[in-house]
Amino acid sequence: MADTTSNQGIPEPEGASDVIQTEYEIGQDNIDGSVGPFGFDIHNPVFVISGLAIVAFVFYTLALPEQAGAVFSWLFASVTKGFDWFFLAAANIFVIFCLVLIVTPVGKVRLGGADARPDYSYIGWFAMLFAAGMGIGLMFFGVLEPVYHMAVSEPLGVPSPFTEDGQLIPENVEAAKKMGLAATIFHWGLHPWAIYAVVALALALFSFNKGLPLTIRSAFYPILGDRVWGWWGHVIDTLAVFATLFGLATSLGFGAQQANAGLNHVFGVPIGPTAQVLLITGITSIALISVLRGLDGGVKLLSEINMGIAALLLLFVLFVGPTLLIMTDFVNGLGAYLVDLIPLSNPVGREDTGFVQGWTSFYWAWWISWSPFVGMFIARVSRGRTVREFIICVLIIPSLVCVLWMAVFGGVAIDQVLSDPATSAVKAQVIDSYNPPLSLFAMLEGLPFSGITSVIGIVLVIVFFVTSSDSGSLVIDTITAGGKVDAPVPQRVFWCVFEGAVAIVLLLSAGGLQSLQSMVISTGLPFTIVLLLMCWAIWKGLRAEQA
Amino acid sequence: MFSTIMVPVDLAHADRLGKALDCAARLAKAEGAKIVYVGVSAAAPSSVARTPEDFAERLAAFAAEQGRATGIEASSHAVTSHDPATDLDPALLRAVEETGADLVVIASHIPNVADHIWPSNGGTIAARARTSVLVVRD
Repeated sequence: MADTTSNQGIPEPEGASDVIQTEYEIGQDNIDGSVGPFGFDIHNPVFVISGLAIVAFVFYTLALPEQAGAVFSWLFASVTKGFDWFFLAAANIFVIFCLVLIVTPVGKVRLGGADARPDYSYIGWFAMLFAAGMGIGLMFFGVLEPVYHMAVSEPLGVPSPFTEDGQLIPENVEAAKKMGLAATIFHWGLHPWAIYAVVALALALFSFNKGLPLTIRSAFYPILGDRVWGWWGHVIDTLAVFATLFGLATSLGFGAQQANAGLNHVFGVPIGPTAQVLLITGITSIALISVLRGLDGGVKLLSEINMGIAALLLLFVLFVGPTLLIMTDFVNGLGAYLVDLIPLSNPVGREDTGFVQGWTSFYWAWWISWSPFVGMFIARVSRGRTVREFIICVLIIPSLVCVLWMAVFGGVAIDQVLSDPATSAVKAQVIDSYNPPLSLFAMLEGLPFSGITSVIGIVLVIVFFVTSSDSGSLVIDTITAGGKVDAPVPQRVFWCVFEGAVAIVLLLSAGGLQSLQSMVISTGLPFTIVLLLMCWAIWKGLRAEQA
Repeated sequence: MFSTIMVPVDLAHADRLGKALDCAARLAKAEGAKIVYVGVSAAAPSSVARTPEDFAERLAAFAAEQGRATGIEASSHAVTSHDPATDLDPALLRAVEETGADLVVIASHIPNVADHIWPSNGGTIAARARTSVLVVRD
């Protein structure tokens, strides 16, 4: 009998690709063994340092909450305010870089070698990259942002349609409405997805085509050479673990607050630490089942369920709300986005500094600090796609879905605010008082069956968190195992539980979540430099692949 | 009684497989059967191989070496899985069908408390495969 290969979901032997020759052997720095009956295989020192540093940071924020809060908010403010031009300029470079990759011949390079075939169908792939990349934000900001940008933040100086005392100024309405949608789409469209695409492409290329371990440091091989296997690499990977874990933990905390607000809104469940700790425990338990079931049986399945429910909610709001108006909003919003894209992304000489620093710069730093996690996850599921296909599917299609989502949720909310400002619950929760967790539920209240749709909204918030938490655990586990994707399962369980525990501890401390979120966003600054270098590395890598 | 014996191997820990390999070889000799060595890897680079085809080559080399050492007809069957840490059992069960094996010889550790949470691969294969399974304790 001849030697054979079987590809369970992954097709036949791959064509030769340009594997990088390096002395490094994957797992050479790992320590393996077992704690009691549970096996482990971890990278030394990334696992140990990141684990201990996380514990130390949590203790610091708990022991000296005021000092930590002050330090982190200072850091946050100086990063987003002092470097707003840098974030804006860098994000523009990422978008242009991605668009160039689509049209140049390097777009033909296939991730995983010339004969590789995609690991996942379009639907499964798309569901996973969307659930990991944005999911929860759409729930949290889908109503809040369009309304806020229309009425309060005044992007590009477009005036609010409301006077100080809440009177409608009819001649301002049309322009403000368009800007509300355009500015929101700007924050959720091409730029964030270009950021993810750069990281994901770098990792997929250097791992699947060049044979380097699936971990962040590998993308630096063209720049640092064999030094990436030493301290340079340890620092990069540790930073990535840090940003991912704290990003997830803070989001888990905020998600619990939103779900709690929703449960309070619908069922009168009291808002407080007890309910939120229970929610985090619940979310972590479901995530735990998902990581135990693995990539296909857990993460992919949940992502698909999630997409299904989200699509139903979207269709419901579209058809029950003023459908024709929403479709017009979609077209107008998209048009306004394209028209205002350049002024909105202009990094210098802006007069709307409140909007640029408070929103755009914050978002760019936020997407960038999430990019190691989302990028690595996207990389893992994108083998077999060509670079062109990859960029189109990671950049253009998710952007369009975000446009649609924002047009539907934001459009309905804006319509509610403008048609009856006096009684609009959205106006009360977003413009008159600033209550982000409730904005979605306030909009649903204005539509029929709000009891049912609010429950669906809560379920979606929860499931979106589960999909972030489980994919995040897989990513952290892989990084801390030195790029091994087949490390013992108890390690994933450890990270998943650790994430939930950190979220609970921070939630219970006053201001803990906010100060750590500030810290995570501050990691966006060094990572921006990292991403810029990645663009160069990708270009170099793709050219070599093509030759 | 048996014509094709499937032996799952973990190339990263091939040194721990001695007993199972030996057992399979003796059985094959006695039965005049051939052996298929099955290995499962992820598409991402691992400590064993940097690409799936590299993995397949290494597994084939391993099989050839076993064949030479024992004088038995040996071949290999490489499987690529999305998430080997959790999908090893279904991957091996499919490999039983794909190789047409009528006996599986699989190495397994002595059961401990962890097996209540994560059943051993050997145990699961024995419970689910339609063919005979010989679980060799290390």
